[in-house]
Amino acid sequence: MYHTDNRNPLTLKTLATTIFATILFISHTSIAAEKTTLNISSPWEIASYEPSVAGFAFYRLGVMETLVDATVEGVLIPGLATDWQMSEDGLNWRFSLRQGVSFHDGSQLTAKIAAESLQHALGKPGMLEKAPISAIEADQNSVVITLDRPFAALPSLLTHNTTVIVAPASINEDGSHIAAIGTGPFAVDTFTPPQSVDVKRFDNYWGDKAKLEKVSYLAAGRAETRALLAESGDADLVFSLDPSGYARLAEIDSVDTTAVPIPRVVTLKLNAGHKFLEDPRARRALSLAIDRIGIATAITRFPEASASQLFPPALDQWHNDKLEPLIQDIETAKALLAELGWVVGDDGILSRDGERFSMLLRTFPDRPELPLMAAALQDQWRAIGVELEVSVSSYSEIPAGHKDGSLHVALYARNYGLTPDPIGTVLQDFGPGGGDWGAMNWDNSDVAQSLKNIAATNNQTARNENIAAVVETLHEELPLIPIVWYQQTVSVAKGLQGYVVDPLERSYRLNKISWTAE
Amino acid sequence: MIRSSVFWSAVAGRTSQAVLVAVVVGVVSFCMMQALPGDAAYRIAAGRYGYDMMDAASAAIVRIELGLDQPTSVQLLNWLGSLAQLDLGKSAVTGNRVTEELSVQLGHSLLLAGAGVVVSLLIAVPIGVAAGLRPGGIVDRISLGASIVLRAVPAFALGVLLMLALAVHMKLLPVAGFQSPKHLILPALTLGLGLAAVSSRVVRDAVCDAMSAEWRMFSRTKGLSRWQTLRRHVLRNAALPVVAYVGVQLAYVIEGVVIVESIFSWPGIGHALVHAIFGRDVAMVQGTALALGLLYVLLNLLIDLSCQGIDPRRRAIA
Repeated sequence: MYHTDNRNPLTLKTLATTIFATILFISHTSIAAEKTTLNISSPWEIASYEPSVAGFAFYRLGVMETLVDATVEGVLIPGLATDWQMSEDGLNWRFSLRQGVSFHDGSQLTAKIAAESLQHALGKPGMLEKAPISAIEADQNSVVITLDRPFAALPSLLTHNTTVIVAPASINEDGSHIAAIGTGPFAVDTFTPPQSVDVKRFDNYWGDKAKLEKVSYLAAGRAETRALLAESGDADLVFSLDPSGYARLAEIDSVDTTAVPIPRVVTLKLNAGHKFLEDPRARRALSLAIDRIGIATAITRFPEASASQLFPPALDQWHNDKLEPLIQDIETAKALLAELGWVVGDDGILSRDGERFSMLLRTFPDRPELPLMAAALQDQWRAIGVELEVSVSSYSEIPAGHKDGSLHVALYARNYGLTPDPIGTVLQDFGPGGGDWGAMNWDNSDVAQSLKNIAATNNQTARNENIAAVVETLHEELPLIPIVWYQQTVSVAKGLQGYVVDPLERSYRLNKISWTAE
Repeated sequence: MIRSSVFWSAVAGRTSQAVLVAVVVGVVSFCMMQALPGDAAYRIAAGRYGYDMMDAASAAIVRIELGLDQPTSVQLLNWLGSLAQLDLGKSAVTGNRVTEELSVQLGHSLLLAGAGVVVSLLIAVPIGVAAGLRPGGIVDRISLGASIVLRAVPAFALGVLLMLALAVHMKLLPVAGFQSPKHLILPALTLGLGLAAVSSRVVRDAVCDAMSAEWRMFSRTKGLSRWQTLRRHVLRNAALPVVAYVGVQLAYVIEGVVIVESIFSWPGIGHALVHAIFGRDVAMVQGTALALGLLYVLLNLLIDLSCQGIDPRRRAIA
């Protein structure tokens, strides 16, 4: 029927010894490695090779490049294009291509390839959508972009990571991206979506060659994990630390922590077409009820970053020091609402013509501080008799609610630094009809005209006058109520030199980084 | 002869079960995704482009590209048609083939779950056997206490504590990642400790029952030594409930590793499934649910076969 098993049982002692020995062995083998490698960790996952989806990561890691580059101060400098000119009528732009540039697969960059790459990007959601482009063509050694109307910020849009130039071998016949073959100082070595990508130095790079040989990027979604990666030395550059992790790492000798203001703003979007919110006085009252310093101190823990106006100091042309700061003043807020006919009801909530002042705020958990801020706002608005329900869901509910008109109030973080010149984003947010992530049912023809003027001209004096007018109107009318400005928090391992935090979050500039000799 | 017919009838039974599971899981997950509130095109665009670039225009592009404006019945029939040709389609968010994504993610999850179960057995079996041999003894009481504590600590907290102790302070292991074998140890230990908390008690009870059985007394009476009885009779009998329980645990672990995967940045299927649900990535959800469903069937088959291997009576009855 069956036979007995006469094999010797694996003794516990042997097993335990083997496991212990294995742990010791594998933990000691990598200690003596030379420092030409770098490990980066950030919360952002890399889902695919597609530049419209993952261009940000391939750009930051130096795999891909754009026609136009920018310094950390936001000054445009040559990238894959050596120079560019606008025609007299402002409708034609000619970008002269850098010669002798090879892709990681050995093929040469030509104007035809660059034009095709940009045409491909134009068909996808991305930064090129924001410009009135009618054609992108190759002409000898140049890429020529034709516009329907003048748009002076075009070179600025071409710094964005959705406009990277990829080798033809990256794209399949059906138009999908099957590889990330670029021209940058690093080439993709291994890619395990969505968690990690390893890149290695590209020795035929046209510019400053990298000193690092290999860079590993790990997406770590949890802030606790990232802080521990930094503390243990497993990651040398760690981005987006939470307040407690940041405070803890500041005490650790092996790393330096920095916080740099970036042009990202946490803001409330108000439906100015809603009958409670259509009067600017109502929006001002809601703004006056907010304790921005309290929120910035307790939640983001950078009190100096409470938003006294919409555009943060990091956007120096759009930030205006002379504006009266937005402050908390409960009494004035109450008075303004009383002026509008609101009366405090039995439950402490305002009512007018039998309707309670009750609204729904939509926000999302991807940025963990947003639901906390929503709860703070709920509390602070209750103090002036405004009831706020909070719905924490997908961020796509905000543009969806903008489109179908059902949105009352939304809380999110808007990045005005997607490109060095924010006009593309500002135009989309406050132009005619408002924007999914900007004004809603708020139309101001003066602002629309000023934005059009800013977009059309390179004349700095004319631009500054128009920018000042736009900024003042937005501050007065409050189609968006700013809450706090963002700080990019980074932990940098000691011994790393040449690293500079990019306030525009564009690039890690890995080819400038090296380790100091011990 | 008997053994092979038993084997094949078990395989045939489970195969027809697998086909049924595939169709039911596909249809049910499709219907559940349809029933979720919110516009799928917006959710998919959000999953793809991130909040800085996602807007109504990108949602409109997604809607046309993926044919989301088609009637739901057409979308479901398309999926079933592709499934009949063993094609799971493409992920709506990443555009990669679902089979490619699954091969990476399921592979990583199986590795982690398998390692977790191995760790749990390495801990649970010796402790459980020792405790079961002397019920109420010092080993039994200490292991009960440890088991309660470990079961009560959430995997998230246990993971962070292990990271702090073994990776940050002792610098023995890396904190997170998956690139080398040593990256596997901490997440496997986190999973394994939680599993061992329960399975050590299952082993202990099984050994306890076997030790007090009459056949054990008989085998001792017929002259077998203590060690021979333990090895030939007690462990074999005690193994049955343990193998069945470990099978259930393995299935539970593969889908329950979400937290461990996300704190250790492990590119597994649990993590992917959560993202796919948020991103309303129907093809990925269906593919993942299908893979998990079939895995259940496979595990059940393996448990059946191993129980038959351990217990000769089952072979005779079948």
